[in-house]
Amino acid sequence: MSLDKRYFGKSISRTDGHAKVTGEAKYAAEFNVPDLLYGYIINSTITKGEIKRINTEKAAALKGVIKVFTHENRDSTAWLNLKYADMDAPPGIPFKPLHDKKIKYNGQPIALVVADSFELARYAATIVEIEYDIEGHHTDLQRNLDQARAPKKGLASFFKPGPPKPKGDSNRAFENAAFKASGKFIHGMEHHNPMEMFASTVVYENGGKLIIYDKTQGAVNTQLYVANVFGKAFKNVRVISPYVGGAFGAALRPQHQLFLAVMASLDLKRSVRVSMNRHQMFSFGHRPATVQTTRFGADRAGKIQSLYHQAIGETSRFEDYSETVVNWANMIYPSENVKLDYKLVPLDVASPMDMRAPGGATGLHPIECTIDELAHKAGIDPVEFRLINYSSLDDSSGKPYSSKELKECFRQGGEKFGWDKRNPHPRSMQRDGKLIGWGMAVGIWEAFHLPARAEARIEIGGKLIVSSATADIGTGTYTIMAQIAADCMGMDVNNVEFRLGDTDMPLAPIQGGSFTAASVGMAVQAACIGLQGKLLRQAKKFKPDIFHNAKPEDIEFAGESLRIKGTASNMIPLKDIVASTGQKEIQSRKTGVPKAFKQRKYTRCAHSAVFVEVEVDEDFGLVKVTRIVNAVAAGKIINPKTARSQILGGMVWGISKALREESILDHRFGRIINSSLAEYHIPVNADINDLEVIFVDEDDSIVNDLQIKGIGEIGIVGVPPAISNAIFHATGKRIYDLPITLDKVMSK
Amino acid sequence: MEINENDVSSRMEEHSISIKINGKQITLKTQPWVSLLDLLRERLNLTGTKKGCDHGQCGACTVLIDGKRINSCLTFAIMYDQASVTTIEGLADEQLHPLQQAFIDHDALQCGYCTPGQICSAAGLLMEGNAHNREDVKELMSGNLCRCGAYTNIVDAIMVVKEGKNDSF
Repeated sequence: MSLDKRYFGKSISRTDGHAKVTGEAKYAAEFNVPDLLYGYIINSTITKGEIKRINTEKAAALKGVIKVFTHENRDSTAWLNLKYADMDAPPGIPFKPLHDKKIKYNGQPIALVVADSFELARYAATIVEIEYDIEGHHTDLQRNLDQARAPKKGLASFFKPGPPKPKGDSNRAFENAAFKASGKFIHGMEHHNPMEMFASTVVYENGGKLIIYDKTQGAVNTQLYVANVFGKAFKNVRVISPYVGGAFGAALRPQHQLFLAVMASLDLKRSVRVSMNRHQMFSFGHRPATVQTTRFGADRAGKIQSLYHQAIGETSRFEDYSETVVNWANMIYPSENVKLDYKLVPLDVASPMDMRAPGGATGLHPIECTIDELAHKAGIDPVEFRLINYSSLDDSSGKPYSSKELKECFRQGGEKFGWDKRNPHPRSMQRDGKLIGWGMAVGIWEAFHLPARAEARIEIGGKLIVSSATADIGTGTYTIMAQIAADCMGMDVNNVEFRLGDTDMPLAPIQGGSFTAASVGMAVQAACIGLQGKLLRQAKKFKPDIFHNAKPEDIEFAGESLRIKGTASNMIPLKDIVASTGQKEIQSRKTGVPKAFKQRKYTRCAHSAVFVEVEVDEDFGLVKVTRIVNAVAAGKIINPKTARSQILGGMVWGISKALREESILDHRFGRIINSSLAEYHIPVNADINDLEVIFVDEDDSIVNDLQIKGIGEIGIVGVPPAISNAIFHATGKRIYDLPITLDKVMSK
Repeated sequence: MEINENDVSSRMEEHSISIKINGKQITLKTQPWVSLLDLLRERLNLTGTKKGCDHGQCGACTVLIDGKRINSCLTFAIMYDQASVTTIEGLADEQLHPLQQAFIDHDALQCGYCTPGQICSAAGLLMEGNAHNREDVKELMSGNLCRCGAYTNIVDAIMVVKEGKNDSF
């Protein structure tokens, strides 16, 4: 049975576009039910210590306030720490809301006011009186680097392997290198800040069954967490999440509004909604602050001789959140002498979390800036320098890449950008009295493929319904899965509907790490192939004159029909096959299984080459990114239209990471001082100029049969270093720390 | 209602307002501390208007009042007696509003959460008549944040409508 690629690889408009432009798309806080109660969260204003006294009397006495929940009056939940571990929990003990009087970080939720209106709950929260016993805290990574230690290992280590063992003698090779470049890079803490704030609407049904509308990147993760923590049977916890207003990793773990809403709902036997406010969006996971050191050396010909990269990241006192920061350098650049080191410093902060391209976005910046400096010192063009050190092998493991069209990314990206017109000397290019800088960098991200399940069913009306409990956080899952299914079944995509975000659907992993398109895509294909088999079996019974001897290779699905290949008349409409069963539908559920044995022999990655132009006004320290060309090689692109948008988004994130965003702590208080969208700067429309995306065609039969690598993270990773390198080219000044704010540009 | 000087909530008497929402005149009772945004979302089930910050910093709650774009989170419902409010749900009639169609055509959205605010804001922008080129549109749409980073596509969509339908705005 062949896959006719009528839609795969074609630009079609988002199938959920209509619902989103009309306001019909409903997000977690928008499922309104009768007699809904509203919960409002109270957060700790100290960083470490204990709650001495919490006086809820005044608040509880207000007419319309139903209950104020604290650690003193909440119902008991699971005893075992393990029960609180969700699918993305790092090693350690997960944070348990309202567990006891202990304060572990500033902003920790400590009470929930439940009232019959949102306004009343919010007001009542302001008159709850709390006294604390305050203990000393440590939140400053840079002042606690001496506490750095190796991260604990756990289940998460599968996705986030630690650094490989050292090779050769990186110190000596560095000392002996003809050209040397090194740097210390400091990144601040960042918060995801999706536009939709975290919310859970918990609908309490008779008999205690819960229907939970949650903001999540995995409905099944929410279900697992609620069932385990509150001791509910899975069948009594249904989680629905059809639309997610952005997440970027923040919704890979259940957040505390879910715990609090379920707790209140079960206690009061009522339906409850808890939404966070924007300030509270800074009260949980974040991209950790890091301090990184690099020392790279090359010989006279520009060949890299030595790579040293160390990263020290921040984590909480209770979980060891780790990410793959330092492994990339030797995956991109071969070297006989390599030392990579990754350590954590536990601090009095919330546990960090995966945030778009976790580890990669952090590590690629120092790596690619140090490479740029090395090329500069060697007097070699940055692209040429990377070509000198190019390899189709992953030197860190010795395995070949399943595919790597990075060279073509250099060529197509460079050509589009006009890289050959670059004057190599810093400060050499100017326009309208401003310095112009051209910089470039490489991006890389691993292509994962996880097992996932899907169901495909043909209904008697002729519609194909395909479903999987995955998510669409703006990534285009709805659209691309409909495209894959339509091709499999030879149907018009308008007759195909893909459904997701419901625990009643077949199991899918949480949506992250750029692995959804491949994992769920392969599951959809498997379910459709299963459905094809069932349709053929039924056709043999129903139309034996045509199909009696037909083998799978003799038939094809086209024009909403099953037919003998190459014939127009020996066919039967799919809906007639369904009708012939006397049933309403024919369905098939299947698992998409990764070919682990085949995959294991290769390193599988997407690559990118990013070219950036900046305009720098040195007097005011202003940096304007005037254009970016991002050439991406990521296997086959299912839908260039939605894929381009995803890469564009990654580029905006790259600009933001390089120049704008940082959660700033006042370490005296251990508190984030810019916890609002006015003060946590992300780009606005006027900050974004010419962005160009090129998809470089890439064949890869190793990653999966659909040749999908995933593109959620590859768009961002190369952008911050390319911007940094462009600023160096413009100004002659290396600014090592992110974000590159105007004070850093102005400082001598 | 018993008034307690120390208890703000006891002073929250309901007041009757008459308001035209998406062409339909309705009379309802609301407390003074209810924002226009929460009235729409929590009482009238018009959840197309989004809450992204509740502080006038993101623009997700943008609606049109008597044709002008405003942040509905920064204003109280009670102030809009006799006003005419248009939300994303009221923008289309039989067919999609040209901006809605252009947003789909240009993929000017990803997660979709800022989208209703972007579209209402763009409708207001075109009626204001102050945007003469792409740069103006970028500047005058900068009150609407999009974390997915759909900005260039948003401007593309607005420019098409602006240039194609100039007369109707």
